[in-house]
Amino acid sequence: MRFFDEMHVSSAQVRDHYLTYDRWLGRQPRETMQSRREEAEMIFRRVGITFAVYGDKDESGDGTERLIPFDLIPRIIPAGEWREMEKGLKQRVTALNMFLQDVYHDQEILKAGVIPSEPVLNNAQFRKEMMGLNVPGGIYSIISGIDIVRACNPDGSGTYYVLEDNLRVPSGVSYMLENRKMMMRLFPELFAEHRVAPVAHYPDLLLDTLRAMAPAAVNEPTAVVLTPGMYNSAYFEHAFLAQQMGIELVEGQDLFVKDDFVYMRTTRGPQRVDVIYRRVDDDFMDPEVFRKDSTLGVAGLLRAYRAGNVTLANAFGTGIADDKSIYPYVPKMIEFYLGEKPILQNVPTYICREKADLQYTLDHLAELVVKEVHGAGGYGMLVGPAATKAEVEAFRQVLIANPTNYIAQPTLSLSTCPTFVESGIAPRHIDLRPFVLSGKTVQMVPGGLTRVALKEGSLVVNSSQGGGTKDTWVLES
Amino acid sequence: MLNERIEQRLPSHLVEDERLGRLTGGSLMETKPMLSRTADHLFWMARYMERAENTARLLDVNYQTSLLPQSAESALSGWRGLLSISELTDDFSRRYGELDARQVMAFMVSDASNPSSILNCLRAARENARAVRGTLTTEVWETTNQTWLEFNRLIKSGALAKDPGELFEWVKFRSHLSRGVTLGTMLQDEAFHFQRIGTFLERADNTARLLDVKFHARNTEFFGSGLGNEIKEVDFYHWSSLLRSVSAFEVYRKVYRNVIRPEKVAELLILRAEMPRSLVFCMNEVVGNLMAVANDHSHETLRRAGRLRADLQFGRTDEILATGLHAYLTQFLDRVSDLGYGISRDFLMPA
Repeated sequence: MRFFDEMHVSSAQVRDHYLTYDRWLGRQPRETMQSRREEAEMIFRRVGITFAVYGDKDESGDGTERLIPFDLIPRIIPAGEWREMEKGLKQRVTALNMFLQDVYHDQEILKAGVIPSEPVLNNAQFRKEMMGLNVPGGIYSIISGIDIVRACNPDGSGTYYVLEDNLRVPSGVSYMLENRKMMMRLFPELFAEHRVAPVAHYPDLLLDTLRAMAPAAVNEPTAVVLTPGMYNSAYFEHAFLAQQMGIELVEGQDLFVKDDFVYMRTTRGPQRVDVIYRRVDDDFMDPEVFRKDSTLGVAGLLRAYRAGNVTLANAFGTGIADDKSIYPYVPKMIEFYLGEKPILQNVPTYICREKADLQYTLDHLAELVVKEVHGAGGYGMLVGPAATKAEVEAFRQVLIANPTNYIAQPTLSLSTCPTFVESGIAPRHIDLRPFVLSGKTVQMVPGGLTRVALKEGSLVVNSSQGGGTKDTWVLES
Repeated sequence: MLNERIEQRLPSHLVEDERLGRLTGGSLMETKPMLSRTADHLFWMARYMERAENTARLLDVNYQTSLLPQSAESALSGWRGLLSISELTDDFSRRYGELDARQVMAFMVSDASNPSSILNCLRAARENARAVRGTLTTEVWETTNQTWLEFNRLIKSGALAKDPGELFEWVKFRSHLSRGVTLGTMLQDEAFHFQRIGTFLERADNTARLLDVKFHARNTEFFGSGLGNEIKEVDFYHWSSLLRSVSAFEVYRKVYRNVIRPEKVAELLILRAEMPRSLVFCMNEVVGNLMAVANDHSHETLRRAGRLRADLQFGRTDEILATGLHAYLTQFLDRVSDLGYGISRDFLMPA
């Protein structure tokens, strides 16, 4: 299979936007880069930029905190490519928010038959509690993370595809920010030689967006970040964002609802909370309505939400728009709501609930990637080409038993980027997660989080499965 | 000019109160209230760091004393006293059996099963800091995190067996650094005040226990050495090493210009407002910082704290010794723990 390499046209030829970097890299002695890697690791550990892996142990043997490997070679995106991608992302997220507004109100898109009703209305991610509830500005997904990959065309060029939408509690933005800080600290000279678009204002944009989405009656809104707690895998990010925005990081136990208003417990008594940037899944948010055994949420939150006294970022029920069974319909959504052609393409997808698609999938199992429609984090999936015969056959039985639970996609030849590995520098597969903020307008910072599959040949970039990260540079002009 | 000079001669804590009174009563700037849980984490973060330091001080003084020529029994009695004032005698004997200096040190420094070991104090300080890292300055968080990571490395490399004294110094040094970076970088808002309350409540408790160590080692109450009752040599070593453990040996000489007398040591560590580890100094800090965070429920806690401070401000050594030092300190510790309970109820875990 051919891969599109972000840096090289061929082993002899470097792409234009990497030329300056390539010359610089050529001048660096190997030992210098090695000692920079060690320095980066030491700083990440001291700063405590770690994530937790469930049931795992860290190097000291008694904790669950791990470093996400950071690679020193940046992923560079030329200005023109980014402009196009940015347009496509804004278009896509706008349509997704319109879909959410529609699906929880008049359901025009279902009535028009553009999307079948069954996979929407019978979906566990469809929250009937949200029916008829109006959210500020009609914005459900205030923070969206869209996963993008680039695959190789037969002529050797590359095309960006949206791999999936993350509209529930997308994470990773702190690594985007910390990776940039680290690169600037380790290699200041590189930033003198390149015009890299800054990303550091993301927390300001986020705070502005959150405050702009506060209930209309509130003058000086109080926003908070709600975390499941310090043992959550993304706790560093929750604390980081709260600190960068200068707002409180709260847990469910810090909040309570009285007379349909949300309050936090402070050293000087209860204080009103107007906007909750929540990093807790729907199921755990309100034990009165969702999971009764949850201690991470706030009892009565949905009542306050219905009364219009608090804004949730993101809203309950956004999962219906990023569910893998709905994903194949997103291009149609864009046309239906905006009357525009999609700028960013979907990966061709076989919907196993549909007979013909299921048959195709079963016939080509060894070539396809089969995903659980509700799965996340790279679990519960089959990567056909990487699986053994026995694994493929075992998965076939699972698929036949419950086809509606799966979609299949061709194994994408994810683009590669040179990466430091044990043996030196070698190409490794990467993806990209830009973050889109929707408020009064749709905004984003140039770039996103580039994740890299460090294992040779691996296509799984998730940090829970041995993925690392890179700094992502969008060049200005 | 005259007024200024009079003010300068006021006892330092009165000047301090005046300043805090102005800050809280008269400040035009509005400060944000903070999350109770955050305050709780900050309070305990500071307490655990202070406890780690004091445990190191306590261990160091015993270790240094144990190097002096003395009978085996008297050497052991020091370690016995140490376990006793830490209320860990039973835990230790259940785990290790016979008393042994090395094992007491291991138990108090790196034993994960001992909730009061330095290891667990530093872990708890770091975990509390991690829970509220967004409230701390980068320097405060990194210092606490680095202390924990580095301590683990030191323990693994056998630093305790190699040179206990040096390890204890290191722990003290890291605690100094934590406090210094807090003072030097933190905004002096509620977050800061709750850390200070934690630090000084813990220090008050620890200094009181330290003073009581002799009672625990020998099981003898102290009513003062009395006129003409010359201090024994072994006692001299005890009291002077006690002074050293709170960095007060030179201070004692400077203040009293005299030989080491137990009454004076007690006075220095209980009643001297200029001595930064004395009980009255700690209570001045606790009261000052409590006043700065006072809320609608905290009157009673503030009253009790003020009362405890007044008893120290206006107390006299002979009165203290008349009831017996151990009895006095026991009562003090009860009042400190009652204060901790009140602070927790009023600020940290409101219903």
